[in-house]
Amino acid sequence: MVAPEIKISIKDFSIYYGENAALKNLNLDIYKNEIFTIIGPANSGKSSLLQSLNRLNDLTPSYKKEGSIFIDNEDIDNADVESLRRRVSIVFALPFPLPLSIFDNIAYGPRMHGIKSKSKLAKIVEKGLREAYLWDEVKDRLDTPAMNLSGGQQQRLCIARILAVEPEIIMFDEPTSGLDPISTARVEETLRELKERYTIILVTNNVAQAARVGDRTAFLLMGELIELNDTKRLFTMAQDKRTDDYLTGKFG
Amino acid sequence: MDTHTKIRKIKEFIIERLIFLSGIMSIIIVALIFAFLLKEGLTLFWQVPLSDFIFARNWYPISDPPQFGILPLILGSVLVTAGAAVISVPIGIGSALFIAEIAPPKTKEIMKAGVELLAAIPSVVIGFIGMITLAPIIKSVFGLPTGLTALSGAITLAFMAMPTIVSIAEDAITAVPRQYREAAIAMGATKWQTTWRIVAYAARPGMLAAVMLGIGRVIGETMAVMMVTGNAALIPHSILQPVRTLTATVAAEMGETVQGGEHYAALFAIGIVLFIITFLINGAADLYLHKTKK
Repeated sequence: MVAPEIKISIKDFSIYYGENAALKNLNLDIYKNEIFTIIGPANSGKSSLLQSLNRLNDLTPSYKKEGSIFIDNEDIDNADVESLRRRVSIVFALPFPLPLSIFDNIAYGPRMHGIKSKSKLAKIVEKGLREAYLWDEVKDRLDTPAMNLSGGQQQRLCIARILAVEPEIIMFDEPTSGLDPISTARVEETLRELKERYTIILVTNNVAQAARVGDRTAFLLMGELIELNDTKRLFTMAQDKRTDDYLTGKFG
Repeated sequence: MDTHTKIRKIKEFIIERLIFLSGIMSIIIVALIFAFLLKEGLTLFWQVPLSDFIFARNWYPISDPPQFGILPLILGSVLVTAGAAVISVPIGIGSALFIAEIAPPKTKEIMKAGVELLAAIPSVVIGFIGMITLAPIIKSVFGLPTGLTALSGAITLAFMAMPTIVSIAEDAITAVPRQYREAAIAMGATKWQTTWRIVAYAARPGMLAAVMLGIGRVIGETMAVMMVTGNAALIPHSILQPVRTLTATVAAEMGETVQGGEHYAALFAIGIVLFIITFLINGAADLYLHKTKK
């Protein structure tokens, strides 16, 4: 088997909010074009880790960190923060369309990054919507307010919105926690398609979801990495008792 | 039904009615004011046709025969108000954006207190300061025979409109959901791009309402304008001329009229015009405010 290409490398990484450590000395690599899932109970540091990867945490006044994160072998602290956030996108738990039309929601990012040509924008919007599997449902009403879409459609719209700025890594922070089972299935299907072209990090509270879509899964507990393995292995023969307990629902 | 229950029922009934009465009191008062204005003002139109009242170019209420053309007064009000809006809207919106989005918490508290204080200054004080400090400056800068001009009025009134604009616009900006900002920033927007294209965009209806209410305040303002605009009831050709506004006219002349006379009725007719203008502006602002809440 060919050694997978490393996309993100996290080295001795710790996060503090004031006095509290949210993440303790984390070391792990994330490969290109995989779905890397992170599971763990509340307060295990999952979301904090995501927010550090694109430096959204920089906006939190009490945030402090130690260690480094490398993306394509470049330390993200040296990167231009706006272009980093463009390369490393995040989809939040609750879909939140901007108060604009469907078209403008998706064209927002590209416009902000300087694309003005109407035909170009139309192409980008269509491509984003197709990749997020939303095109067929909305192609006849692109100029209607995005707020009118259903929850599942809104979440896919948010995915399309992010695809339009051509990221390399897409992070999903519990993307289906507010969705019904059918919409969840749609989003999961989208994730599997997206990994062909993007590196995907999925944080989820839903253990079954990690089992369904993850290539590799990391289990975090109280800011510590307890176990990391191929998803199938982790779910069938967890090495650590705490992982096993969490997966079988003994706590969580 | 025993007496105890009966008394309780009656009490309930009385309290309910009293509260209802307090509730509709403001509406009753507005209706009464408008009715009174109409009663006193409309008699003018037995003598002076409406089109003459609004479009005639001369306001000579005590010459013989008197002429009641409020066009110069309307233009005076419009000029001063427009000037005040041009000054106060950009500064007010900018200041609201700064307070809501950029200022660190401490600065924010100080600035909000400052804005409230500005709102609390009596208009006669602002007018006085405008008259003794601003007017001489304008006089010497533009080389005018007098510093009491439409421009002085506009600048003075801009300070009075600003607190309204700032505090209402700031509320609207703060009410924009945090998630809009997060979404924009996560797509690689800079702070300014987020503030301008998302936050300001989402808060637009509220900011428009803020501007409307600020303008409403300026149109209705009397004391300060009377002190700094020079009060010449002429059709203004530039913002550097003295003007007289609708409000100042009523305030200045009401004491000299014969009750029930033509001049008296004309001043009430001006009151009707002012009432309609503020009603329209407040109505428009209300419409936008409701839009924001949806």
